[in-house]
Amino acid sequence: MANNALVGVGSESKQLATWYFTFAAIIFGAQLLFGLVAAIQFVEPSFLYQVLDFSIARILHINALVVWMVFAMFGSVYWLLPDETGIETVGVKIGKLLFWVFAAAIVVVVLVYLLIQVGPADESTIWFITEGREYIEAPRWADLGIVVVALGFVANLFLTGMKGNRSGIVTVLMADMIAFSGLYLCGMFFTDNISMDQYWWWWVIHLWVEATWEVFVGSIAAYALITIIGAHRKVVEMWLWIEVAMLFGSGILGLGHHYFWIGTPEYWWEIGALFSALEPLPLVAMFIHVLYDWGKTQGAEMCEEGTDEFGAKSVITNKPAFTWITLNAFGNFLGAGIWGFFHTLPQVNLYTHGTQFTAAHGHLAFFGAYATILIGMMYIAIQGTNGIKVLKHTKASIWGVSMITGGVVGMTVALTIAGYVDVLVSRAQMGATWQAYFDGQAGIWFQQAMDWRLIMGVVTFLGFLFLAKDLLTTGKSPVHER
Amino acid sequence: MAKKSVWSDNRFWRRSATWVTGVASVLLIWLTFDTMGQISMGTDADLKNGVTKRVPAPTVINYKIDYVFDSKRGHEVPKIGPEKEQFFGKFWNEEEAAALLHKGKLASQAKNCMDCHTLLGNGAYYAPDLTKAWLDPAWQENGPMQAMTGKSTKEEAMAEFLMHPDRYPTHERMMPNLGITKEEAVALVAFLKHMSSIDTNGFPRNFGRMQGAIHGK
Repeated sequence: MANNALVGVGSESKQLATWYFTFAAIIFGAQLLFGLVAAIQFVEPSFLYQVLDFSIARILHINALVVWMVFAMFGSVYWLLPDETGIETVGVKIGKLLFWVFAAAIVVVVLVYLLIQVGPADESTIWFITEGREYIEAPRWADLGIVVVALGFVANLFLTGMKGNRSGIVTVLMADMIAFSGLYLCGMFFTDNISMDQYWWWWVIHLWVEATWEVFVGSIAAYALITIIGAHRKVVEMWLWIEVAMLFGSGILGLGHHYFWIGTPEYWWEIGALFSALEPLPLVAMFIHVLYDWGKTQGAEMCEEGTDEFGAKSVITNKPAFTWITLNAFGNFLGAGIWGFFHTLPQVNLYTHGTQFTAAHGHLAFFGAYATILIGMMYIAIQGTNGIKVLKHTKASIWGVSMITGGVVGMTVALTIAGYVDVLVSRAQMGATWQAYFDGQAGIWFQQAMDWRLIMGVVTFLGFLFLAKDLLTTGKSPVHER
Repeated sequence: MAKKSVWSDNRFWRRSATWVTGVASVLLIWLTFDTMGQISMGTDADLKNGVTKRVPAPTVINYKIDYVFDSKRGHEVPKIGPEKEQFFGKFWNEEEAAALLHKGKLASQAKNCMDCHTLLGNGAYYAPDLTKAWLDPAWQENGPMQAMTGKSTKEEAMAEFLMHPDRYPTHERMMPNLGITKEEAVALVAFLKHMSSIDTNGFPRNFGRMQGAIHGK
């Protein structure tokens, strides 16, 4: 079915993928920079006060996160489509045009966030400045633009999938991406009823992040395992389908864990608790099982064929990508699974809801579940674009992955400690008032945690600089086997 | 190879995935219909007749709101009325109250409130949760904020603070001046008062009840 060298270099779809990856990497850097601004403000509140306030820094931090990931996801699809379907992507010219439309719209939205920031309390602000709803603040004109771009992308994916070989991976992606695009529509309308507002807002945020994005990651991991270690497609795709069943089976109704306290009925306690408790299960399963099955049969055979410094021939054709994808399997389980489960039961969530606990979970989950594998895909693209047989680690790639991972884990630990202070002091002890909030924030453990979060944020950013250097230069490095 | 097992058959898992997704989606849609009914806004008549709605009508701003422990449900719930109270010196009719809430909700988005605060617990964690801000002891008669802003009612003190937060620093971390007009500030306070009347299943727990218990305050 798939032959990874079939279209390879020279494919327009793959060229478009590299554009998407490049823009994604730039926005990733911006995400970290604005995150640093917000982290500094927790330690030193007068920093950029009334110039670039926390709210604006945070909007840019989390919107950049969403945008770079969506760009890298689109890039990943344009990269793997020719390999999976055996043909050039249908409508790639339109895809290229839409890329520029998308990128230009993002630049305009960011400039408006930065320079205009807030607007008067009328519809014009919602249309042109900000919708003021966390994660999807983008004004409505941009929403409409995003819908057009997403529809174009989905059309290309469907037309290519229908014309070429439709592998299991492509089938999953087709179903997943149409849900991904459709769900965005739930986040575009205005209502005076804040409970209704948040009910549908979560359809976008949760059903993206804990359902469609997770399934997307499953498909990408499947493709990567086939590409990097030559795992059998049949085994990989079987696990992919199992994963889809488990992810959608738990994630769709796991939405209930956002409906504990927003005005929605009590029955969401039981539904949210049960299904979101199941959510961690699938997150690491496919990776471990594929490696196990692969190691037992193929891996053992392949290792006997030749030798390297360890007395065995390595069968991993892209070391940095494999490192990032391994981090994905465990980061997803730890960040989304364990850190999510910590506070997903309503009895616990009554106190943890809306505290730094959530921030701790958010950092490790987005990093572990998404950032890792998307960076892995960037390395696969570098390998393909430069015609490299075995892409090896460089000093920069090792520093990059170590510092970014160490930094994010460090931030997560710091935020978890800050979360405990929030939960125990501000909530349990003091009863969640204005004064209770500030008593928690003034606690020495909270402040130390925020110092460490900033330090670890700087470590993460330095790691990003190594990563950026490596992404820009490793393609031409002589260490790889060509 | 022995007989082919269904457990290693891709078709079996593909069908399972499709069915599981379908069933979960249908359940979610069914629950959504039920929830929509329960969280749609009540009417002024509901308030007058003492009918409890999870999200009351905008005219709830004409009523005294409290947050009291319900031993049957095992947590606090909002208590609305029956006493009425003026809001910015008057009672608001249905139309006026609806227009005010509309403006307030728009303002809450136009000023990016939830990128520092949490609303119903959702948002950012750089500033206090606003779910029950209307009931916060800091704004009550004997709290510090009325004296600080030089106003004699809770709603006026809140509106004054929202318009000029940079003039009333309470902590090193200060709210920035977001150019909130008088009209917008009044609407925002209405939005906050309305939000405090929403039945949030007991979130936040023990709100305002621990006053004075800690540090001898």
